[in-house]
Amino acid sequence: MALITYRDALNRALREEMERDDSVFLLGEEVGEYDGAYKVSKGLLDQFGEWRVRDTPIAENGFAGLGVGAAMVGLRPVVEFMTWNFALLAYDAIVNSAAKMYHMSGGQYNVPIVFRGPGGSALQLAAQHSQVPDPWYANIPGLKVCAPATPADALGLLKSAIRDDDPVVFIEGELLYNVKGEVPDGEHLVPIGVAEVKRAGADVTIVAHGKMVHVALQAADHLAKELEVEAEVVDLRSLRPLDTASVVESVHRTHRAVVVEEGWPISGIGAQVVDDIQREAFDSLDAPVARVSGLDVPMHYARSLEKLIVPGPQPVIEAVKHVCYLD
Amino acid sequence: MASTEETVIGEAPGGLPKEKLLELLRAMLLSRRFEEKTAESYQMGKIGGFCHLYIGQEAVAAGAIGALREDDYVITAYRDHAQALVRGMSPNSVMAELYGRIDGCSRGAGGSMHMFDKSVNFMGGHGIVGTHLPIATGVGYAIRYRQTDQVCLCFFGDSVVNGGPFHEAFNMTAKWELPVIYIVENNSYGMGTDIDRVAAVDQLFTRACAYEGKRAEQVDGQDVLAVYAAVERAAERARTEKRPTFIEAQTYRYLGHSMSDPAHGVYRTREEVAEERERDPINTFVDQLTAAGVLTDDDVEAMDREIIAEVEAAAEFAEASPVPGPEEIYAHVYSDEYRGGPDGRDAWR
Repeated sequence: MALITYRDALNRALREEMERDDSVFLLGEEVGEYDGAYKVSKGLLDQFGEWRVRDTPIAENGFAGLGVGAAMVGLRPVVEFMTWNFALLAYDAIVNSAAKMYHMSGGQYNVPIVFRGPGGSALQLAAQHSQVPDPWYANIPGLKVCAPATPADALGLLKSAIRDDDPVVFIEGELLYNVKGEVPDGEHLVPIGVAEVKRAGADVTIVAHGKMVHVALQAADHLAKELEVEAEVVDLRSLRPLDTASVVESVHRTHRAVVVEEGWPISGIGAQVVDDIQREAFDSLDAPVARVSGLDVPMHYARSLEKLIVPGPQPVIEAVKHVCYLD
Repeated sequence: MASTEETVIGEAPGGLPKEKLLELLRAMLLSRRFEEKTAESYQMGKIGGFCHLYIGQEAVAAGAIGALREDDYVITAYRDHAQALVRGMSPNSVMAELYGRIDGCSRGAGGSMHMFDKSVNFMGGHGIVGTHLPIATGVGYAIRYRQTDQVCLCFFGDSVVNGGPFHEAFNMTAKWELPVIYIVENNSYGMGTDIDRVAAVDQLFTRACAYEGKRAEQVDGQDVLAVYAAVERAAERARTEKRPTFIEAQTYRYLGHSMSDPAHGVYRTREEVAEERERDPINTFVDQLTAAGVLTDDDVEAMDREIIAEVEAAAEFAEASPVPGPEEIYAHVYSDEYRGGPDGRDAWR
């Protein structure tokens, strides 16, 4: 095991897969000479050269479409978006082209491509740079969607995504790049579509993904210390396929659930998870399922308001108290 | 007719072998007869959805694809039946796709706008204006990446030149010296809007002047030999110099934008359409060939009869082909066992 950052885990995944398979290449804004806006691609240009680490113009729809074309004829592009906010300009390439190609060609042209970059809010980046794209992609048949929370999952899921024969949307956390965690030595693959219990507990299930896993874990620690409530934290890790079975299995044991996400509440990831729980575990529930989400507004610049809009541990704690009838 | 580098007025390239000339004529005739049958079947309700016919533009697909090698790639927009046929897809599979049947090239999932056949490197069939230009750039990137001497030929309509993907694709293709031939089929109208009403410059090929290294030229798109020659030059340049080319083929569609639209009315007159029909690409080429003694009127008629029979047989094949069953619904959303959808969600179907 090695203790490395989320950023270095992603770098390791890219390097290992590019060494393993000549058809894997990386493209995006500043991925080469600059080593990536968040330094995820550090050193890769020197090792692999410009045809495999391609600095692109700031033209998201163009270079995402380029990736789709290259993937259709057998390469395995990894398209880096500087942030997922900019990928809205590439939504056509991702949704109309990548997600549809295999289907509308009757199974002839699969598109083995990864679209990756940071999503979610960082610090005071305001409305256009602080969006959570997760439901925009999880809604689309033809895509797979990953949102790792830890360095080990970032490594293992990105490697799986690159090897996958379908388009994978890979949403990293802008505030997670410096997070450190234990990562196994040697080959480490995490299957897409499998959740993981990040903290065991018998009293309530907290479902989260990405950055919110860390918020959920902080809330769980507080709940254990202050209220003797043991929360089980289920990290979805992938949003499509969604590992409903793991969530439901946990709820069958705890009988209570809180579903946390950073994004907006209406039609969010949590809405889907709650639907799965009510359908599959209705008779196990001792309380209605609660949801915690970002507030339903464009992000404010002012730090005082940003802190209120993005969920922290406190609203999660309050929601847990509510479903445990402790409030 | 002009070019950004030199004048390349579309003179007929003498010396094409008879076999090639007949191939070009056959490609155009097949496109014409196939589309006529398509219109008939559409009007009978056998074909649904949006359906864009190619009648009038046959010389562009025939000449351009005729100048390629079998291992090259072809990609186009939604007016794609003729390109599919000329590329070598069977009329049966294209017609069955139009009929929404299981023997269609895309198993009835794609329809008129989404013809695909990987076995002949035919990459669709794309329904969003401009979206496939960066895809063609990516195919060119893959060719350079693998260091082969293939080319990618990308067709699109004139309305594309005013959108972002055109410029994003052209910039990257020129910058990285990718072997892509972009050919705009300028039929003067983006749906029902005259290109002059919405484009800041009227000579579309000049748009490429902004991109260093991208050669541009304009050809008479109603002259199959001129199109052939232009694409042959472009392909040679792509193979040897790895440089992209932009060709503006000036052509004309006789029918409405799609089967839902009138041939003339608001945006163009009956007289204009009639005038354009006077320089019909097939009639012009037939006249050239008969005048040169390549073939006789009887030969042309025999070829036409044979093609009509082939198209009729395609329609019968499509009619007889089974409709896709429910097992096809989830069959090709993903290439592995993941099916999509929460389990049990479709229990009430």
